[in-house]
Amino acid sequence: MKTKIFFSVAIISSLIIFFVLFKGLQNTNIYTPQVDVKKDIPYFEAKIFDSDIVKNSNEIFQKENFYLLNIWSSWCAPCRYEHPILLKLKDQVNLEIIGLNYKDNIINAKKFLKELNSPYRLILSDENGIIAIEWGAYGVPETFLIHNKRIIKRYVGPLNMNSIIEIKKFIE
Amino acid sequence: MKYLKYILIFLFLFDLNLLSANENNSHSKITKNLRCLICQGQSIHDSDSEFANSIKILVSKKLNDGFSEDQIYIFLKEKYGEWILYDPGYNKNTYFLWLLPLLMFIIGGAIILKRFIIKKN
Repeated sequence: MKTKIFFSVAIISSLIIFFVLFKGLQNTNIYTPQVDVKKDIPYFEAKIFDSDIVKNSNEIFQKENFYLLNIWSSWCAPCRYEHPILLKLKDQVNLEIIGLNYKDNIINAKKFLKELNSPYRLILSDENGIIAIEWGAYGVPETFLIHNKRIIKRYVGPLNMNSIIEIKKFIE
Repeated sequence: MKYLKYILIFLFLFDLNLLSANENNSHSKITKNLRCLICQGQSIHDSDSEFANSIKILVSKKLNDGFSEDQIYIFLKEKYGEWILYDPGYNKNTYFLWLLPLLMFIIGGAIILKRFIIKKN
């Protein structure tokens, strides 16, 4: 009787341990950022690109229309890929595209914009990457859609044609 | 005048060094407890990626602004979630993790007590 109880307890506990570990196997151990987080935009101060003027987030995101904050850099290859897509969104009436130039060399950044055109109404500069951290970003490119000082959608990685359709749906 | 020179040398040697050593201590303690999100298996302290370097600058800045260690953890947790911390806090996902050793200790203690001490009596 005693061995029977011991045997069944051993089997049940090994089954439990097996399922816990098996479930753990399916969990990813790579950081996956949450995309659908709706939260207020962070407060920050940033230098305007290629100038010494400092602006804070309340001055930048004033109006009630939609803003697209795009973190980019001239050394980032996917930024080059998504650039034509940003240019397509440039002429949207109620959307303002703001660029955040991430850890870039200013001469290279200017060359990049001269070569590919600028979709941005305003470019901020993030020399040491701290402003990107305020936004919870972890790489380039990354894009945030903002309405009423709240982040309503986040795109990690380059934008594509589907994101254009989605952004247009949001702002209409 | 001769003594003044020695006093100045003494002050320069023993005054500023201690202060910066303290700052470095808390800085490396914090960055060692932060996970680098783009380079798996490395702490912010060990990594040299763009992301890790930015976090290091941010931690120094926050320390200068007078933030405490816990306040910095809370700030980063709010931005990146629990995953950025190597030392997870108590919440519904980690109760099992924290309580399991305690539970095993109690059950083990009970078995030992029953087997050896009560039997002996």
